[in-house]
Amino acid sequence: MIELQHISKSFKDFKVLDDISTTFQEGKVNFTIGKSGSGKTVLLKSIVGLHEIDAGRILFHNRDFTNMDLKQRKEIRKEIGMVFQGGALFDSATLEENVMFPLKMFSNLSYEECRERANFCLKRVEVINKNHLYPAEISGGMQKRVAIARAIALNPKYLFCDEPNSGLDPITSIVIDNLIKEIILEFNITAVINTHDMNSVMEIADNIIFIHQGKKWWQGNKEEIWRTDNEELNDLIFASELTKKLKKFYV
Amino acid sequence: MSLYNFFYYIGRYFMLMRRVVTKPDDSKLFFANVSREIIVIGYNSITIVAIISLFMGAVLTLQTAYNMTNPLYPDYLIGLGTRDSIFLEFSSTIVGLILAGKVGSNIASEIGTMRVTQQIDALEIMGVNSANFLILPKIVAALCTFPFLCLISMIVGISGGWIAGELSGEVPTSQFVYGIQYLFIPYYILYSLIKISFFGVIITSISSYFGYFTNGGALEVGHSSTKAVVNSTLVILIFNLILTSILL
Ligand SMILES: Nc1ncnc2c1ncn2[C@@H]1O[C@H](COP(=O)(O)OP(=O)(O)OP(=O)(O)O)[C@@H](O)[C@H]1O
Ligand SMILES: [Mg+2]
Repeated sequence: MIELQHISKSFKDFKVLDDISTTFQEGKVNFTIGKSGSGKTVLLKSIVGLHEIDAGRILFHNRDFTNMDLKQRKEIRKEIGMVFQGGALFDSATLEENVMFPLKMFSNLSYEECRERANFCLKRVEVINKNHLYPAEISGGMQKRVAIARAIALNPKYLFCDEPNSGLDPITSIVIDNLIKEIILEFNITAVINTHDMNSVMEIADNIIFIHQGKKWWQGNKEEIWRTDNEELNDLIFASELTKKLKKFYV
Repeated sequence: MSLYNFFYYIGRYFMLMRRVVTKPDDSKLFFANVSREIIVIGYNSITIVAIISLFMGAVLTLQTAYNMTNPLYPDYLIGLGTRDSIFLEFSSTIVGLILAGKVGSNIASEIGTMRVTQQIDALEIMGVNSANFLILPKIVAALCTFPFLCLISMIVGISGGWIAGELSGEVPTSQFVYGIQYLFIPYYILYSLIKISFFGVIITSISSYFGYFTNGGALEVGHSSTKAVVNSTLVILIFNLILTSILL
């Protein structure tokens, strides 16, 4: 469980996050949605401490992350898996080495066991027979998937994904959605996922937070989102003609 | 640059170094990284150091020879002059400046790219001390390899001088060999090795610093790389003066 209490974050005079409070439960698929530039990435980075917040508190299972020093944070970070918007794979290492990295660093497994585990994770994200390629030699969508494999290698307690299926085709996208849902349930992970992809939201969301103008504008589940009368949220989700028709049909 | 900025950068440098100089998270990975850096930083620099030393040694000998037209000066003084220039200044300071260009830009762009593509953030999120993980192996590798590069430069430089003297007929081999042994002070070698070790730390740490604090995109990585070379060069020149006044 992760609790955000009155989080604010500004860059110079520009207030990106404005007094956001919410709770992310474990074993649930938590989504943050919002327009491009609304602050989803900043929120995610603030939760893990890559941005220092100006005000508020962040609790990881009642452990106050905000006031921890670097050493205490390090302990919590070993329980975190994160998928960055750009993948952030290590250029100088092969895909297999990328996934093995956290294992070699923090597990007590032998080299062979690390490799086995890495291969297992790569298979789960459907990257097969590409172990010895470098990140520059695979497609953007594949990089994203390898990043997911790296994030789940150590069986994290907390999982953060910044647009895990941007750049993926609809079929692979659903595979990744289901994979994420599966591991969240399997290991009772607390997960926060940023997305633009309304398909995934409608498929697997348990809890959705809509960020608008730096504020938590709306919160609910995937049933409620169909029937919401929140104007800005409707504008975002039912932006296309197709989705407008769908909504009429559904409601 | 205002005085405030100056102290800000210095302070940030030392705070970074405090994170760099800690015990590595995983010693096996650390040694693997050190050996990789030894190849990248040291081994891959041998050729350029050797080529430059060969030519500089040759030129030094010929210039000394042309300047000693007075027949009262014995020829072996040319060998002595070449030796002292190479041992005292060339093999440490000039080689240091060359390595600042080659190694420094390489390090700054490597770490800078990792910063702007969020690879450093990814390391931090995993709970890795990224400063220690990325920078310490480079500093250790420089400390291990730069003294050898200095020795190589001395040997190749002297050889270049000897070849040039012999081929041009300015200094006969016997005179040159006598000259390089004449009034030889072994401490000069130690002095150069100490200097280049300092330069190694300066180059790797300053270049890493500029890479580590790159802000923005690919364009800024280029800027960091330039700043790394310029600043390493300046600091090397300052430390050359300081170390010389202390050591000699
Ligand atoms: N390091 C930074 N310095 C200054 N401003 C920043 C920084 N990072 C983000 N911002 C600003 O914060 C705002 C929110 O950015 P953010 O990256 O969180 O958007 P996002 O919701 O993730 O968008 P997208 O869906 O396109 O990824 C943007 O207006 C951006 O300009
Ligand atoms: Mg984003």
